[in-house]
Amino acid sequence: MSEQKIRKINVRVANPKPHRASSDHPVLSVENLHTSFITDSGEVKAVNGVSFNLDAGKILGVVGESGSGKSVTAYSILQILDQNGRIVDGDIKFKGKSLLEYGPKEMDAFRGNNCSIIFQDPMTSLNPVFTVGYQMNEALKLHTKYNTTKLATERSIQLLEMVGVNEPEKRLKQYPFELSGGMRQRVMIAMALACEPDILIADEPTTALDVTIQAQILELMKDLQKKLGMAIILITHDLGVIASMCDEIIVMYGGRVCERGTAEDIFYRPAHEYTKGLLKSIPNTDNMKERLVPIAGTPINLLNMPKGCAFCPRCENALKICLEEVPEELMMPDGHFAACWMNLKNEYEKEHGKEVS
Amino acid sequence: MADYEYLVEVKDLQMHFPVKTGFFKTTPLKAVDGVSFNIKPGETLGLVGESGCGKTTVGRTLLHLYEPTGGSFKFKGEEVTSKNIGPLRKEMQMVFQDPYSSLNPRMTVEDIIGEPLDVHHLYENKEDRHEQVLHLMELVGLNAEHATRYAHEFSGGQRQRIGIARALAVHPSFIVCDEPVSALDVSIQAQVINMFEELQEKLGVTYLFIAHDLLVVHHISDRIAVMYLGRIVEIADADELNANPIHPYTNSLLSAVCVPDPIKAKANKRIILEGDVPSPLNMPSGCPFRTRCRFATDQCAKKAPSLTDRGNGHMVACWNK
Amino acid sequence: MAESTTFFRDGMRRLMQNPLAVMSMVILLLVILMMIFAPLFVPYGYEEMITVNGVRDPAAANLAPFHYSALEQQYIDQGGKIFPHIMGTDELSRDYFIRVVYGTRVSFLVGVFASLMVLIIGVLYGAVSGYAGGRVDLWMMRIVDIIYSLPDLLIIILLAVVFKESLDFSQIPIFANLGTNMVSMFIVFGLLYWVGMARLVRGQILTIKENEYVLAAKSIGASAKRIIQKHIIPNIVSVIIIMTAQEIPAAIFTESYLSFIGLGVALPMPSLGSLANAARSGMLEARLPVGHDHPHRPCLQPHRRCTA
Repeated sequence: MSEQKIRKINVRVANPKPHRASSDHPVLSVENLHTSFITDSGEVKAVNGVSFNLDAGKILGVVGESGSGKSVTAYSILQILDQNGRIVDGDIKFKGKSLLEYGPKEMDAFRGNNCSIIFQDPMTSLNPVFTVGYQMNEALKLHTKYNTTKLATERSIQLLEMVGVNEPEKRLKQYPFELSGGMRQRVMIAMALACEPDILIADEPTTALDVTIQAQILELMKDLQKKLGMAIILITHDLGVIASMCDEIIVMYGGRVCERGTAEDIFYRPAHEYTKGLLKSIPNTDNMKERLVPIAGTPINLLNMPKGCAFCPRCENALKICLEEVPEELMMPDGHFAACWMNLKNEYEKEHGKEVS
Repeated sequence: MADYEYLVEVKDLQMHFPVKTGFFKTTPLKAVDGVSFNIKPGETLGLVGESGCGKTTVGRTLLHLYEPTGGSFKFKGEEVTSKNIGPLRKEMQMVFQDPYSSLNPRMTVEDIIGEPLDVHHLYENKEDRHEQVLHLMELVGLNAEHATRYAHEFSGGQRQRIGIARALAVHPSFIVCDEPVSALDVSIQAQVINMFEELQEKLGVTYLFIAHDLLVVHHISDRIAVMYLGRIVEIADADELNANPIHPYTNSLLSAVCVPDPIKAKANKRIILEGDVPSPLNMPSGCPFRTRCRFATDQCAKKAPSLTDRGNGHMVACWNK
Repeated sequence: MAESTTFFRDGMRRLMQNPLAVMSMVILLLVILMMIFAPLFVPYGYEEMITVNGVRDPAAANLAPFHYSALEQQYIDQGGKIFPHIMGTDELSRDYFIRVVYGTRVSFLVGVFASLMVLIIGVLYGAVSGYAGGRVDLWMMRIVDIIYSLPDLLIIILLAVVFKESLDFSQIPIFANLGTNMVSMFIVFGLLYWVGMARLVRGQILTIKENEYVLAAKSIGASAKRIIQKHIIPNIVSVIIIMTAQEIPAAIFTESYLSFIGLGVALPMPSLGSLANAARSGMLEARLPVGHDHPHRPCLQPHRRCTA
């Protein structure tokens, strides 16, 4: 199908600005974000135009494999990128105000009071030479009204109770290595919640944990979200975790958004070849007796990005235009968005009633 | 060679590591404490459990990478000891979890895959070796042109293929797969899982498939054994175990699985286990699971239950269920 | 798949990007070339006093660079040819340049030879200790600790005295020239200096041993020898090379300070240390000899053992 033909098709091309049906005042909106890393081998474009909105009190899932830019998106929001990382283009707005215009002090305040992050490995995010209590008190004294050791300790105990740590007084006196993995992740969550943030970013919070402990932590996060009403961005590669936790889902590949919509949209009506392939390739309760259908090829090399769609080299149904041009985001009939040329082709075939190639 | 019904027969396998707990005191760390299972030729037994339950140790002990401290292991009806393990290494191989650290960075792919051939003198001359290596690379779907490359030039999935080709080089009849897909990207996992299944059809190998991802294990295995703190608590047909789990630990393990299906996942009532796994240095008396079990009774603290058949080879070790 | 690169190619590319390293390599190459080829075109010997037309010239002592004595000047005026004294001459009217060249040769040889001994003994000892582990490792490392605690200078002096009394090296050609002191120094290197290397290699092996590819080789049935040779040593080669390279200057410094305090090479064989010592007497009054000596300061440089 030629480019001109595609241009002629009159379909609902999505507004480049992030838009959604539910709310006009998102707590966080990311618009056309581009983040790059400057390395010896050249510029690595880790995020290439990501847009989404996050509503207060919702859980947004960001799913993708390694190198899809999901963590870099989160780090861009908090501006905790590595030395060689830059936000090249786009905007990030917190309650309507651009975070990119914040000074270092305002950014510190934002990171402490409005937005917290928990990481994959709770062992490396806690300092091994200080007790849990000392570390929690420091954070509380710095960012909250609990500015004396006595008040902070009381608050720490409250927080630990809230995240389901048993014997919190005893835990405060222990060092991180004395706690189990699940317990450490609870402590990290308690610390992240210390300032009652509007947004909690969870970067693969359960990847390092066992299945039963993962279940504990996920239940806890759901509970806390209901109780405190904060918004959560849940970054993971595990489609199962996403399915059980999230209201809205973003599927990322090669630094771009492939598809975004509600959990039902993504899992039952996927409209991007990558999402479709991914869902077919994972074992599920109903395909146990069948051979899995894998996505061919190897993950993307960010140093050597294809000119067109990032997924094109691994896509079975790739068209000529996929090689040449980055697909635009389209609104699907059910109201979710997908950036795949196949949708345009299908639309064209429906309108003209014949095959195009 | 003796007649055998089972390719692999493990009985009361024990692996206790001595751990210094004081100046003069050593306490045995009971990593594997009386594990028994059998695997028929051509079958896949899945071994699941949480980290620290001893599933990796079982795999390594079978290959005598650790010297077992007790129990027996019969391979093709013959007892395996440290004396006769040498030639048996041609029959039993292993695929490792981490495709990055399991390949020597200073060797080319050809040398990595050819190493088992070198060790067991399985070729006549250089050309024969080269041809065998190329054949193996083709078997696991690697481009033969890449034989002279180093492992770091490959992606995770391709590296795992190299590891599998190395294991296949000696034409083993039994392969221990130690979490072979858990380090891979989601979209690559399916490629490797399919390859394991295809190789089994083509070569008739038997697998012991160790993993923590229950969906993956269910997909690839004929039977599944569930381990907790060095013991097998339940062992059954894969479908039977998933449809009809009996042991309370298996129950909560299955309910904790996140199914990639939003409606099912949100309807799923998780049985949340309280607390953490006890330290294997300080195991509870009796049944190891009793400290987290909802159904625990006095009897559980007194004596550890052994596996009993509940029909159709569904074995469970529990007093109350 | 990307263009194939090997470790060597990647390493060369990075080396070539570092101007300091490239410059050092060029200078080192020049020194080595000079060391090898200078005696071929300089017509003086390191122990030979300057003679003009077959006549000893006592006036040619302590000449400045590119200066000639009266006798030499006269000979040149008569149409004779005299090779210039690039660095002048010493108090015994020997050509300084050729003495520096030979001194560099001696020091360099000592450095390379000593670090080779350290390399062989240290790697073997460390590899066995690290790979065997357990009780063997424990005992081997305690021996290392004992050796580590011995003062090296004291042992060199003691050995030198003992050898001077008991052994006669004059029949063996190289040793005869270098003297008993040097022999005892080599023995000391062989006995004591490998411990740093052994410790380093052992530590590296302990970490490499944990890699799954070593476990994989074991599960294939590879022998311990094969695992050490094929899987462990190639992966610590970079560390060994760096350690050996550091050992060369360390040995040169040891040789230099021993020669400086008179325990080094036997006279009249020069070495960098003994040259510096000879120049020391003139350091205050005459600026030339010391100003043109080899640019290192032996007396200020304590010998450094590698404790990596």
